[in-house]
Amino acid sequence: MSFFEVKKIVKNFGGLTAVNNLSFTVEKGEIFGLIGPNGSGKTTVFNLITSYYPLTSGAIYFKGQRIDGLPTHRIAALGIGRTFQVVKPLRRMTVLENVMVGAFLHTNNRAQAQKKALEVLDFCGLAHRKDAQARSLTIADRKRLEIARALATEPELLLLDETAAGLNPKETEEAIEIIRKIRDSGVTIIIVEHVMKVMMGLSDRILAINFGSEIAQGTPAEVANHPEVIKAYLGEQYAKGH
Amino acid sequence: MTNSSKEKKARSSLVGVVFLALLALGLPFLFPEPYHRHILIMILIWGTMGTAWNLLGGYAGQVSFGHAAFFGLGAYAAGLLDFHLKISPWWGMILGPVLAAVVAIPIGLISFRLRGPYFALATLALGEIFRLIFNNWVSFTNAARGILIMPAFTDKLIYYFIALAMLAVSLLTVYLLVNSKMGYYFVAIREDQDAAEALGIPTSRYKIYALLPSAFLTGLVGAFYMNYVAFIDPHVVFSLSDISVMVILVVMMGGVATIWGPPVGAAVYIALNEIFRARLGPANVLAFGLLVCLVILFLPNGIIGEISHWRRFFRGRKVATISGD
Repeated sequence: MSFFEVKKIVKNFGGLTAVNNLSFTVEKGEIFGLIGPNGSGKTTVFNLITSYYPLTSGAIYFKGQRIDGLPTHRIAALGIGRTFQVVKPLRRMTVLENVMVGAFLHTNNRAQAQKKALEVLDFCGLAHRKDAQARSLTIADRKRLEIARALATEPELLLLDETAAGLNPKETEEAIEIIRKIRDSGVTIIIVEHVMKVMMGLSDRILAINFGSEIAQGTPAEVANHPEVIKAYLGEQYAKGH
Repeated sequence: MTNSSKEKKARSSLVGVVFLALLALGLPFLFPEPYHRHILIMILIWGTMGTAWNLLGGYAGQVSFGHAAFFGLGAYAAGLLDFHLKISPWWGMILGPVLAAVVAIPIGLISFRLRGPYFALATLALGEIFRLIFNNWVSFTNAARGILIMPAFTDKLIYYFIALAMLAVSLLTVYLLVNSKMGYYFVAIREDQDAAEALGIPTSRYKIYALLPSAFLTGLVGAFYMNYVAFIDPHVVFSLSDISVMVILVVMMGGVATIWGPPVGAAVYIALNEIFRARLGPANVLAFGLLVCLVILFLPNGIIGEISHWRRFFRGRKVATISGD
């Protein structure tokens, strides 16, 4: 029984097949990468895992339990956290309050939620902004808040959706650091990215997709050198010339 | 803030509340004239209604345009107990809110499938449905002929203290809820329902949790209203413009999602209503409408909301604020 398994999932939106027969497994403790060009279906995969959309067909298993078809909040309560590609801060709450909302998943006590939230904020390097209104944060801090909030729900599996997009090189380095720290603390991670450097540096294994279908799966080195992957990202001529 | 300054702040808030409570207890004795006491009672009624609506509309962000349904249900629960069963309408202060809360459940289950403006429209329709039912079901509700009861007291003083108790209970309820896990979940749902789901919040369930006390308290006020004004009809207590929409305006003026906003808004509304009516006659509605426009343009957070906004602005000057949206 693998930690997390996606089995032959398909998602059709009317006539458009957004996700076409994808299968992969994720082992506990690894960082699994999902790459693909824009519009290839990466975020849709996350939305299917967390039940924002129902599957057209296929199945998803988490720790041996079938989770497709469960409501989103149930999946979160089971231990799958996620961040959103376009960050969703709870704008009119403070940073601390945002993370407390996450912490409340495992406690009914406000003082306890606050304590947990402060720990998580510390871990993510946002403690100095704890009383700031979420809507006043920079994009880099918003992305960090997004991660902190998901972490406060104590996930076993964390789905990170394009956490490095829109960041400058220094902010990207800091994001990579946090992701490593999260993995080291025992959380399994599936990361969607299309900033190559982040992907290659972090992932243990990668699934590359295009137009909703798999084009390559393996170690970062294998995937990066795969002709189909190069063709998808850089075009036919590079693939031929490689 | 250091712990001792937090304690100081909490202590001064408590002192403020105690002071307000004493003032509220003494007010009717400062204004012994029945007309003035009536004004105070109306402020308390609208303050309670606003507080109840604010829980669902302000904190949980589910803007209901149909709260007259609960108000009217409460009023008729009290009135019909007397009309059909010759039971004291004061029992309506128990039956009314319970009925309102029970009815709120199917209303919520239907409407909460919709978001934003569609939810508002659904609640508007449901409110109107109640008005139409009560206006047409002559045998049960006496329809447009209304319900008339014998008022229990001639002296307004007792009504004042009952209304004050209602407001106090409502404010306390909202205060406790807002500072609890439920309150955080309400605001999370308001700010971003999808993010809330992803954080493990069963949003449909929590929206009902916000609706129930809101409906209950509104029904309570409705039952009190029956007992106080002694005459109701569907046109008045199920009114879209005078109850449902007015409660939204009252809360907006005072400050959405603040504890003291609704009572402040109620005071402004009632005071202005009286002044405009005395000076302008029928044009008072126009003047009130203009006032609401001005509030939306210049005081978007309401009176209380603007005060805390500016306080935060002046206190937080050192912290850089970069707003992205």
